[in-house]
Amino acid sequence: MASEFSITDFHIPIGEWVSAAVDWIQDNFTGVLDGISDAIKFIVDNFEDGLLGIPPVLLALIIILIAAWRVSWRFGIFAFVSMALIFGMGIWDETISTLALVIGSSVLALVIGIPIGIAMARKDMVEAVVRPVLDFMQTMPPFVYLIPAAIFFGLGKVPGAIATLVFAMPPAVRLTNLGIRQVSEEHVEAGRAFGCTDRQLLLKVQLPLAMPSIMAGVNQTIMLALSMVVIASMIGAGGLGNTVLTGIQRLDVGLGFEGGLGVVLLAILLDRITQSVGTRKPGVSLRMRLKKVLGKG
Amino acid sequence: MTDKLVIEGLYKIFGPEPEQALALLDEGLSKDEIFDRTRTTVGVQDASFAIRDGEVFVVMGLSGSGKSTLVRMLNRLIEPTAGRVLLDGTDITRMSKGELIDMRRHKMSMVFQSFALMPHKTVAENTSFGLEVSGIAVAERRRRALKALETVGLAPFADSRPDELSGGMKQRVGLARALATEAPILLMDEAFSALDPLIRTEMQDELVRLQQHEAHTVVFISHDLDEAIRIGDRIAIMEGGAIVQIGTPEEIVTNPANEYVRSFFYGVDVSKVFKASEIAEKQGLMVFERPGVNVRAALAQLKDRNRNVAVVVDGDGRYRGMVSLNSLAGAVDSPGDTRWDDAFLKGIETAPEDMDLSEVLSLVAASEYPVPVVEEGGRYLGIVSKTVLLQTLDKAG
Repeated sequence: MASEFSITDFHIPIGEWVSAAVDWIQDNFTGVLDGISDAIKFIVDNFEDGLLGIPPVLLALIIILIAAWRVSWRFGIFAFVSMALIFGMGIWDETISTLALVIGSSVLALVIGIPIGIAMARKDMVEAVVRPVLDFMQTMPPFVYLIPAAIFFGLGKVPGAIATLVFAMPPAVRLTNLGIRQVSEEHVEAGRAFGCTDRQLLLKVQLPLAMPSIMAGVNQTIMLALSMVVIASMIGAGGLGNTVLTGIQRLDVGLGFEGGLGVVLLAILLDRITQSVGTRKPGVSLRMRLKKVLGKG
Repeated sequence: MTDKLVIEGLYKIFGPEPEQALALLDEGLSKDEIFDRTRTTVGVQDASFAIRDGEVFVVMGLSGSGKSTLVRMLNRLIEPTAGRVLLDGTDITRMSKGELIDMRRHKMSMVFQSFALMPHKTVAENTSFGLEVSGIAVAERRRRALKALETVGLAPFADSRPDELSGGMKQRVGLARALATEAPILLMDEAFSALDPLIRTEMQDELVRLQQHEAHTVVFISHDLDEAIRIGDRIAIMEGGAIVQIGTPEEIVTNPANEYVRSFFYGVDVSKVFKASEIAEKQGLMVFERPGVNVRAALAQLKDRNRNVAVVVDGDGRYRGMVSLNSLAGAVDSPGDTRWDDAFLKGIETAPEDMDLSEVLSLVAASEYPVPVVEEGGRYLGIVSKTVLLQTLDKAG
């Protein structure tokens, strides 16, 4: 009878569907998942091994010099103090592990995100499809990514990197799209009028002119990656997030603060240094930067 | 002069169903009626004309008249809906993508209103953009870029960035970029409109100078009649997507096809449009040929026809001087060989054929007699009287 129906009985089993879909993917795409897993593991491990392979003092010196050269000598001093604090707190290895994971997943996010952004800018159809997906990716609470990542790829750095890259990619896509669309009509016309092919138009006109916007996207991606990497320590991604997590689990305020401070210092360094890449400095042409960003350098 | 570009029945309809709009246009509906019925906009309708090799062809019209659309169909930045564009006899509208790119690289280059320089490239790199795109080696590119920059007087700034230059200098770079490809056709879209009036005039002179040096076929878009008159060999006037009149500046000023065309001249300085030779009247005065007529006979003829002044030329039609009743009467008793010379009025200034009307104006105002206009070789062309001047100014105003 209708009178016995209550609104609380109304139930759409979205959660069950998602679980079923995840199970299905896991059962049918084992090979693909393993391939992705191996590739990401290879990239992230190599970054980490490479960075940890450099003597800590030398690496710290390089970071300080980059900070002083790209930003200012004052910022160089800040970088020096930061390095000293990180060494002093005994969290160098964790910091480098986090840095490697951030760089690894950011590079992946950019390698995937920038071409998607370019495709969005060139076809309105693609934009119409991708935009809601991006909205979804950005508004979904980041913790939620950890679950499928852990199910598909187990625990450790790989699911951490994947959750991070999914979470950090949207700004790179959005700002690439926006940057290219904002290139003035006359510049595009000039490119075409002088006989650019579609490819030349993209490489010689649209991307260089969109570069400030794209670099803002790169900066945002790196910052989001850093915040996600800390969360990803919950599925064993390691690094500074682990220090914070241990602090929480043991209710050790001091340890938690040390980990947190490490994240903050790393964030400031990464933010200022990546922002400086967007501005023009003599000696480094945008072309070179473009090649670097596209991974062709 | 041969025709470089021939435009035949060119249409551009913006909107979803261009064929329908074309059919309605055939039925004679106006642009607004078609928009109401089909939501399509007629950009350009039935443009047919020829641009001659080496001329500066100005397309004039108010904003929205379709002039920018028209010029963009010439290099297919905008695809024509119907019609043909023939470049040296080859139909551009039928070119494949590859042929079109090749044509843009070698046959036609373009200058833009807001310069459209690449801020991340140096002046020289900007100038060689077209060459870079066509895959020419760096050294050759640089050489040709410097040559083009030399032409526009910017060679010293080759390694500056565009943001270090003034507006006029930026547009010189834009011009150099177009010249560097050595394309025979230049499309200039309101190229000087964004510049200060002084710099604009300077750039117009620069273009005229360039044309004398090495004549390109220039299609110049403008909304400024003064500019069109200054630089244009011929002017096409567009209204509502249609071309309403094509002609030399003089033809258009003296014979505007309709009120729209006439409306352009309000505020235009007509005295800059005409040259002395264009308004000189041959029939204005009696002319005596010196070896044929003697002073006494001339005096008699003047009296006979009730005239006061006359012009004297020699056997080859070269201007010798002007005479009046009084000066002739005074010279009748002079010795035979100086009789004519004594009869000539003193202080008469002649106007060279290419003198601007504005200067002729002051000559006429200063003299009590009409001003004779003389060709470079000395041949007499006619006179400009106060009456003729007033008529010219009145017609144009």
